[in-house]
Amino acid sequence: MIHDMIAIVRDYWLLLLIGQYPNGPLGGLANTLILSALSIALAFPISILFATARLSKSPLLRWPVTALVYFTRGVPLLMLILWSYFLVPLLTGADVPSFVTMLTTLVVYQSAFLSEVVRAGIVALGPGQMDAARALGHSYIGAMRYIILPQALYNMIPSILSTFVSTIKDTTLGYVINVPDLTFAASQVNNQLLTQPFQVFLILAIVYFAICWTLTYFANRLERRITRRRAGLLNVSAAVVTPSKIVSEQL
Amino acid sequence: MSGFDLSAILGNPEYAAMLLHGIEMTFIIYAGSWTLAMALALLLLAVRLSPFRFGDPLVAAYVSYHRNVPTLVQLMLWYFGIFTLMPNGVATWLASHNAEAIFAVIGLGLCQAAYFSEDLRSGVRSVGPGQMEAARALGHGYVSAMRFVIMPQGVRNALPPLINHSVSLFKNSSLAVVIGASELTHAVKEIENLSFRTFEIYLIGTVLYLFFSLVIMSIGAYLSMRADPARSARA
Repeated sequence: MIHDMIAIVRDYWLLLLIGQYPNGPLGGLANTLILSALSIALAFPISILFATARLSKSPLLRWPVTALVYFTRGVPLLMLILWSYFLVPLLTGADVPSFVTMLTTLVVYQSAFLSEVVRAGIVALGPGQMDAARALGHSYIGAMRYIILPQALYNMIPSILSTFVSTIKDTTLGYVINVPDLTFAASQVNNQLLTQPFQVFLILAIVYFAICWTLTYFANRLERRITRRRAGLLNVSAAVVTPSKIVSEQL
Repeated sequence: MSGFDLSAILGNPEYAAMLLHGIEMTFIIYAGSWTLAMALALLLLAVRLSPFRFGDPLVAAYVSYHRNVPTLVQLMLWYFGIFTLMPNGVATWLASHNAEAIFAVIGLGLCQAAYFSEDLRSGVRSVGPGQMEAARALGHGYVSAMRFVIMPQGVRNALPPLINHSVSLFKNSSLAVVIGASELTHAVKEIENLSFRTFEIYLIGTVLYLFFSLVIMSIGAYLSMRADPARSARA
């Protein structure tokens, strides 16, 4: 069985890595990573806007975003993908590639989730920071820009990394609308071989595991470092401080 | 195609029956996988908490695998992979007993057990060591101290993440459509294919999912409110 798996990897590694690229659309692992990186990069600024909107005093800003966050928390990602698959071509009037459909869905979905992460980061700083910044003459926006967000976002780096991991896992759902990603490539391999589905999907699982485990490992290490730094104990051994893994464990 | 018309779907007895069947199947998968996940999570927790250290790396590996591999890939590995490796007798029995739903329950349940066990573990860990010592000093045995002193507090601490993960398990039950289980998302897609009323049926499906998720969230909120010791002291 291990020989079968080695043979599959030897024969199909290029397909799994980049899909049918030169001769077709980019796919495989490369596309999975590009898709998740792009959606996090696009979702990140939106999530900051969402988080500040949810914390603002104006109900006009607060309510729509709160509704959106509850909506995305309550509806399966699969359902949102089906919506985009139906709505995005309808609204743009163009034949949109499934990659763009998936990207749109993930940006909406992850910005709602990330906005909760950012909001938790801002709330965890405590009101004193804002009060002090305002007392020193910063405007609300200036205080956010120079005092609150730099601290909150730095503390949130591990959680953002875990959101990235869950985005990588979420890209697999693109399979239902035929996004040419790693899962799609693996099922293509499976359709060509027909006889070794277990081996093919085990390889798929191992690849995802390797990527996500590595990223999670770095997120945890970063988290320990940041917790120590926040506690002002940069030179004390790690054993003394137990990391507060509240946000990243919920994701 | 004519304009927006919900009754074209809800008023059609055939579509309404498909929707009801989908909801029923979603809840069978949800209840089955939730029960499996919770039972397994308690087992994993017991191994982790037991004084024998040799089980720990196994549990850690189990949790790590299920948290780092996408749920969809786990389901595919079960249904397209492991299913084909099973002995003929078992496979035919499963195939005649709604194998899609059974593998959805197994796949989702095993995956969610990893999350539940981690939630419970951090809940139990946040109960101070003094509690165990005090319970033992009062004459409780290890098991009875666990049962009456540690676990009630630990589960209470673990409630918020447990509720979050119960909601996400409900949402993840929609993934079963990929391996062909006839649950709610499957019914939605079928009705879309038959009626071509995409907007209406997606709206119905979304509202149903949202409604049940909110119900689970509010049951969770009620449980946490009841479990809050400060509140029960006031009452």
